[in-house]
Amino acid sequence: MSQIEKNSSLWSYANPRKFLATTERVMPFLWGAALVCLVVGLVWGFFFTPDDYRQGSTVKIIYLHVPSALMAINAWMMMLVASLIWLVRRHHVSALAARAAGPVGAVMTLIALVTGAIWGQPMWGTWWAWDPRLTSFLILFLFYLGYMALWAAIDDPDTAADLTAVLCLVGSVFAVLSRYAVNFWNQGLHQGASLSMDAKENVDDVFYLPLLVCIAGFVLLFIALVFYRTGTEIRARRIRALLARERAGA
Amino acid sequence: MMPDLGKYTDTVLTAYAASILLLALLVALSLWRGRRMRIEMEQLEARTRRNG
Repeated sequence: MSQIEKNSSLWSYANPRKFLATTERVMPFLWGAALVCLVVGLVWGFFFTPDDYRQGSTVKIIYLHVPSALMAINAWMMMLVASLIWLVRRHHVSALAARAAGPVGAVMTLIALVTGAIWGQPMWGTWWAWDPRLTSFLILFLFYLGYMALWAAIDDPDTAADLTAVLCLVGSVFAVLSRYAVNFWNQGLHQGASLSMDAKENVDDVFYLPLLVCIAGFVLLFIALVFYRTGTEIRARRIRALLARERAGA
Repeated sequence: MMPDLGKYTDTVLTAYAASILLLALLVALSLWRGRRMRIEMEQLEARTRRNG
């Protein structure tokens, strides 16, 4: 492979310096685009959409609940891909990106659980039910907590990356289950998908368009946070290496 | 300006407040730790350069 091909390949971003230099250039645009999409989507949804004929004004919770639930699952999928790259190619940046995404995914899952409970209380008459989708989301949240705890508990970063990657592979079963739980069991309180490639299942256009803007906002916020936090993890790793070198030289 | 949320006012506002609070905390903690690591790394690199 020529030097030019190497520099333009996706793998060149496995170099921490190149990753930091590139992400720092795009960060202002990512933060800005995320903020604009979130503000526009939430203001549009909250102030300028009507009530649902069955759910009343609680339908406005959809602009937070659906994007956060979507990101809860997709964050784990991103961690899975990054973990596989680590296991196969041993690129440290990919392991650190997976670590960086953990708390972001955990917060997205928590928002989905909290907004779901708040929404469920008036609609179902209960904050919580051991419904397939709710239960699989709770297990996914516990996996996120376990993943973060495992990273924090192991001193050697390569061992931590290996073990968390294995945990990520196991947890991906629950991430997939969270998405398809309603279809698998076809029972419980939770409704089917709000968004689908099949237009018949989608929510009405008046809710759908602001929902798409909110989803774009959550996706952009996730990317911005993961880029920023990966940069932080790269610096933390560099600090660790410099301190070790100092100790060895003393 | 505030839309009429009827009998679900508390429900909707609580969901929005909780979500925005969690997102704001996540962003603030990420920025705080990122800034701390950046400063610490710059100080360490400067010290390493000085000490050769």
